[in-house]
Amino acid sequence: MSTRHILLGLLASGPSHGYDLKRRHDERFPQARPLAYGQVYTTLQRLVRDGLAEVEGTDSDGGPERTMYRATDEGTRELTKWAGEIAPPAPFVTNEIFAKVVVSILSDGDPAGYLRAQRAAHMERMRELTAVKAARGADLATVLSADFALNHLDADLRWMTTTAARLTTLTAEVDTA
Amino acid sequence: MSNGDNTAGPLLAGRGLVKAYGRTEALRGADVALSAGEILAVTGASGSGKSTLMHCLSGIVRPDAGSVTYAGRQLEGLPEKELSELRRTRFGVVFQFGQLIPELTAVDNVALPLMLAGTDRTESRSTAGEWLERFGVRAQGELRPGEMSGGQAQRAALARALVTGPEVVFADEPTGALDSLASEQVMTALVHTAREAGTAVLLITHDAQVAAYADREVQLRDGVVAPLGVTA
Repeated sequence: MSTRHILLGLLASGPSHGYDLKRRHDERFPQARPLAYGQVYTTLQRLVRDGLAEVEGTDSDGGPERTMYRATDEGTRELTKWAGEIAPPAPFVTNEIFAKVVVSILSDGDPAGYLRAQRAAHMERMRELTAVKAARGADLATVLSADFALNHLDADLRWMTTTAARLTTLTAEVDTA
Repeated sequence: MSNGDNTAGPLLAGRGLVKAYGRTEALRGADVALSAGEILAVTGASGSGKSTLMHCLSGIVRPDAGSVTYAGRQLEGLPEKELSELRRTRFGVVFQFGQLIPELTAVDNVALPLMLAGTDRTESRSTAGEWLERFGVRAQGELRPGEMSGGQAQRAALARALVTGPEVVFADEPTGALDSLASEQVMTALVHTAREAGTAVLLITHDAQVAAYADREVQLRDGVVAPLGVTA
């Protein structure tokens, strides 16, 4: 996830300050890790350095003085370019679960036991996410964000089920050989 | 293995359930327990014995061996008349296709179990309307099942299963014929309504995303409850 592009996106609706950007980020992307203030300010400074954003002025609104930022034309062009680029299909075959199964087989470990434990952990996380999305009054951003995670976890689960079934067959073949 | 054990005194429990159809052993000693108000998912591949387990637990099928206990009473010992009374008053059942009566409107379908239990038609229809409301399909109350979407019909079927205030609802692949959005609406409605009513749900599904609506999961493999992964 590109924090600089997310912040540029939030600036697209008008000038804003760091605190407000953090708050809006956390609201829009409820399943994402909340942004740290430090990260917001560092990212804003880099956007300014790279000419993608600039300081608009300051705003106190009765409280402490805050620096307002806005996107430059170049920032807007960069955002449009980024938003239209496809994300590279991730090289899922190199994921940690697959690596652990392979290593477990190589080292005479217990890949089936590992897959069962991993499956239970996946299901537990899926129950948590489902409770979040099924809660009364859950907004659509929360539901969609939970759905994204649920569908990916479900894909992992289906792969683990197939893999576990193949481990059983393999063990049976070895036993009767 | 008895991952379904609950020492707090389960509402419904199957112990050592065995059931064969001809030479096919659908259940080979399955143990499962459901607490009052609990939502339990029974998962497993096709042919793992999920539906047979549900049929044994709901008293539709008598197991060849093992026992089913409901609220402290063994179902095996009950005469057919009492068993059927138990199924009618304490249990609700929903299948993959809701099995609503096609000639009746949604309201009349939901009102039917109440009328069979002796409630008059006006009151039954009024209560049925309230249950359709809880499932978000009151507006479709005067439609026949064939005139509703699959998800709407399934929500009406759930309303019918819950209208008599059962203590346990058995749902066998309740979203099996639905797309993911309709499935989500059906499951959300079921979970909210069951929790409010304090109804326990035995949810049979092969779909992990549906199972994730439950409080707990037991997995069947070759007719027995498989050990769930325990992280050391």
